[in-house]
Amino acid sequence: MVPLAAVVAALAVGAVLLGVFGANPITGYRALFTGAFGGPDELAATTLKSIPLMLVGVGICIAFRTGVINIGGEGQIIMGAILATLVALALPDVPRPILVPLVMVAGAVGGGIWGAIPGALKAYSGVNEILSTIMMNIIAGFFMSFLLEDWLIEPGAIRIQQTKRLTQNADLPILPGGTRLHLGILVALIVAFLGYLLLFRSSLGLRLRAVGHNPHASRAAGMKVELSITQALAFSGACAGIAGAVLVFGSESHRLIGEGGPLAFTQSAGFNGIVTALFGGLHPLFTVLSSYLFGGMLAGGISLQRAVQVPQALVIALNGVVVVFVVGSLLLRARVQRWAEGDVQMEGRA
Amino acid sequence: MSDLFTVAIITATLASGIRLAVPFLLASLGEAVGQRAGVLNLGVEGVMLIGAYAAYYTSLESGSAAFGLLMGLVVGFAMGLVYAFITVVMHAEQGISGIGIYLFGLGFTDLLFQKQVGTPKKANKLEVKPPDWLVENTGRAGELLFSHTVLIYVAFLLVPIVYWLMTKTTFGLNVRAVGENPQAADTLGVSVNGVRTAAILFGNTMAGLAGAALALEIGFFQQNLTAGRGFIAIALVYFGAWRPVGVMSGALLFGIVSSTVVTLQVHGVISGSVSSIAHMAPAVLTVIVLVVVSRRIGQPAALTKPFTRDG
Amino acid sequence: MKPQLAFRLLFALLAVFALAAAGCGNDDDAPEAEPAAPFRVAVVAPSASNDLAFTQSMFDAVNVLVEDGQIDEFAITDGTFIVEDAGAAIRGYASEGYDLVIAHGSQYGGPLQEIAPDFPNTSFAWGTAVETFGLPNVYSYSVRSDLGGYVNGVVAAQLTDSGVIGVIGPLEVGDAKLYVDGFATGARTQNPDVDVNIVYTGSFSDVALAAEAAESHISAGADVLTGSAQMVVGATGVAQDNDVLWFGTQANQTALGEDIVVASQVYRWEVVLAQVVDQVKAGTLGGETFIMTFEGGGLDIQFNDAMSIPAAVLDSAQATIDGLSDGSISTGQ
Repeated sequence: MVPLAAVVAALAVGAVLLGVFGANPITGYRALFTGAFGGPDELAATTLKSIPLMLVGVGICIAFRTGVINIGGEGQIIMGAILATLVALALPDVPRPILVPLVMVAGAVGGGIWGAIPGALKAYSGVNEILSTIMMNIIAGFFMSFLLEDWLIEPGAIRIQQTKRLTQNADLPILPGGTRLHLGILVALIVAFLGYLLLFRSSLGLRLRAVGHNPHASRAAGMKVELSITQALAFSGACAGIAGAVLVFGSESHRLIGEGGPLAFTQSAGFNGIVTALFGGLHPLFTVLSSYLFGGMLAGGISLQRAVQVPQALVIALNGVVVVFVVGSLLLRARVQRWAEGDVQMEGRA
Repeated sequence: MSDLFTVAIITATLASGIRLAVPFLLASLGEAVGQRAGVLNLGVEGVMLIGAYAAYYTSLESGSAAFGLLMGLVVGFAMGLVYAFITVVMHAEQGISGIGIYLFGLGFTDLLFQKQVGTPKKANKLEVKPPDWLVENTGRAGELLFSHTVLIYVAFLLVPIVYWLMTKTTFGLNVRAVGENPQAADTLGVSVNGVRTAAILFGNTMAGLAGAALALEIGFFQQNLTAGRGFIAIALVYFGAWRPVGVMSGALLFGIVSSTVVTLQVHGVISGSVSSIAHMAPAVLTVIVLVVVSRRIGQPAALTKPFTRDG
Repeated sequence: MKPQLAFRLLFALLAVFALAAAGCGNDDDAPEAEPAAPFRVAVVAPSASNDLAFTQSMFDAVNVLVEDGQIDEFAITDGTFIVEDAGAAIRGYASEGYDLVIAHGSQYGGPLQEIAPDFPNTSFAWGTAVETFGLPNVYSYSVRSDLGGYVNGVVAAQLTDSGVIGVIGPLEVGDAKLYVDGFATGARTQNPDVDVNIVYTGSFSDVALAAEAAESHISAGADVLTGSAQMVVGATGVAQDNDVLWFGTQANQTALGEDIVVASQVYRWEVVLAQVVDQVKAGTLGGETFIMTFEGGGLDIQFNDAMSIPAAVLDSAQATIDGLSDGSISTGQ
């Protein structure tokens, strides 16, 4: 099995890195695995890490299958989180069974708008979406920074970039089982299933995929290509926006935190979600699986770092190596060849 | 506020903007050539970081910034070999590969910095500059044009060179052919994978150079030194519609707007948390300018698609 | 689209993870109840332990106590800028039986509030912060960085010839804002006509933009600069090239430019930490807040001996420190 060899090779490179730092690779990898899958608490931690990846990944499936490259997950997560936070601040007394769904919807709307803008810019003004989504990430990052420096900052002597603890009525309920796993996983699974239905079981999805497959033929067949592109990025952004809401209301802090920069809040899910979606074959349900494995790598990385006392930078580098090695392996080659034959085209408008 | 529009301040702001534009310009020129050949590299940020660290560390240890610059180019080239192997030989998905390289570069350079250098130390900067008499005898214009270090002139000199390369040479013709219609190029006897590999090597070497320019301009390295510049460079490729002059305009726009925001803060026009709003300006203006100009130029038709004979 | 293919890939990945673990066994490794009962301390911090700033100041402090023999074992998880990850690390150390877990980041309060009650026999220290959530096993600590900023400002205003001083910060929050505001107040108290220009670069890591901010300050006439956070190293380089004076904070930055760094505000967390460790050893696990000031030596202004600073200026700095300590001077914070 080639991917197996690729992962082994990646782990070997990682072992060398660990060795250079005077850490025992065996101890390290054992901590990585047990930290990710070693017990109920660890499985829960992995699941929690994977939720944003699943949500962003499902959105990426929708965009990429429509032929739109969405690099804007980071910004869409942030804007979803901001709108959801504002709703929770405005309506603290709404009962929990209503407020929790409401803030999720607010997240979807915030992220959806932040996706629809580059979508419309691409469709109607010819602005390339890679450019606009990268710029929208920057804008969203500074906007969050501004809000948490100013309007939304927690009152108090220590001015740090976070809101006050948000209303308990918006807390995502912890699922039974004694772990920290919360309702966010159900939200992610539902969104993944809806994403699957949208893409493969609805006429809208058929149109989106047709546009992704061949925009010219779709236009010739009377489809509104511009509308489809805007819709795809809006849906994609909405999924990421829900991830933003989950990151706020499912966090232990129960608040929006901007301290440490935008990546500290998004946990880079906007980028990592692209990886998991493509590993999942741009299929929402398989994206759930690949996100779970990626989540395991992230959760295990924290244990590895603690067990063998290496800098967090090593864990990030290791993630990169695993991604590069696995994607470079031959099994994917077969799939990519099929893409080249036209299953999925990532071509823009000519 | 009234003293804001003096020649001295405007000159200083423009000069600062030009310096800020250089890493964008170098990385973006390289990425544009790669994309012209049909290869998207989302890993520019990672390669820039690796180039920056290599240049910084070499300069720190050897005392020679020129040697550091060379190492920046070498590791950029080496990353190009890696990326070419992954994407051209192994046909890996370019989006994922690039993000993997970004993560690797971000983590690996931070790791090396912590292991090899530790607390920030100043390395020698690359301080080859035009002769002083040139600045002294040309007034404000001289300060704007002749006060920079050599890499800044190299970067702007590369604009016509890349233009010439892409439009007037067989290599450029082949790059464009391979990016638009690899099957046809193959039929005509062009080595699609060979040309793509060359374009990738050029692009990554330029990214390494961009990182080196960043590190050697300031003489320091820090975790995440590039602070998102690699991603902005990718965006500017689209701003410039794959053309060197367009890319340069984008880089200058971004750099000068950034330096203007800083100038406005220094002179008290913008203060406090409003600064964060002001820092959005380069990103917002880039999008707005593109909407207004609205050049509907399609991207290379075979971008992100691996080449196979039977495909 | 062949989903089986994707599934096989994922399965393969899972299999490898399982293999990797199977080769390693699965026994528990929490070392407990050793004869001398060593005192074990763990730190979780948001940036690198050698950042010459916030995290390093704590890293160095713990090492001071390790050398003094007050701490027997020391573990650190640094670079934990994601708050949820910090929560996981804090929980991990607590469950491994560390005696004192230091959550060295203001933003870690949320998780800590959830975690601390689960480990009533573990002591937690959290900073920079001024509250303990009413929990009996949480200490908090903070530092009045505005005090050192004020002193730096007083000195800077006396050393500027042009009457223009440039300040570079990351964002208008936290420790940086406290320092910058204290600095500006101090400088203006000394000389009401002095211009204190402030740039917030919007980033903790953008060294190049910090360098350009320094250039911009200098072209606006500044001959003294200061700044807070990791990215200011870029500005110190520019200051050195232009022979402009520099004032540092969070760590002694003299090494960044021996001929331009006048003084640095230094945090000596070991002063607070020693008290915390003593109290934990005596059985008091928390409930107190420590705020470092010049009194007690937790806060210090370290002048660069290689610079020839007029005696009158040094005297005024000491007078300011005394005034801030006895309450006759206020930074307005």
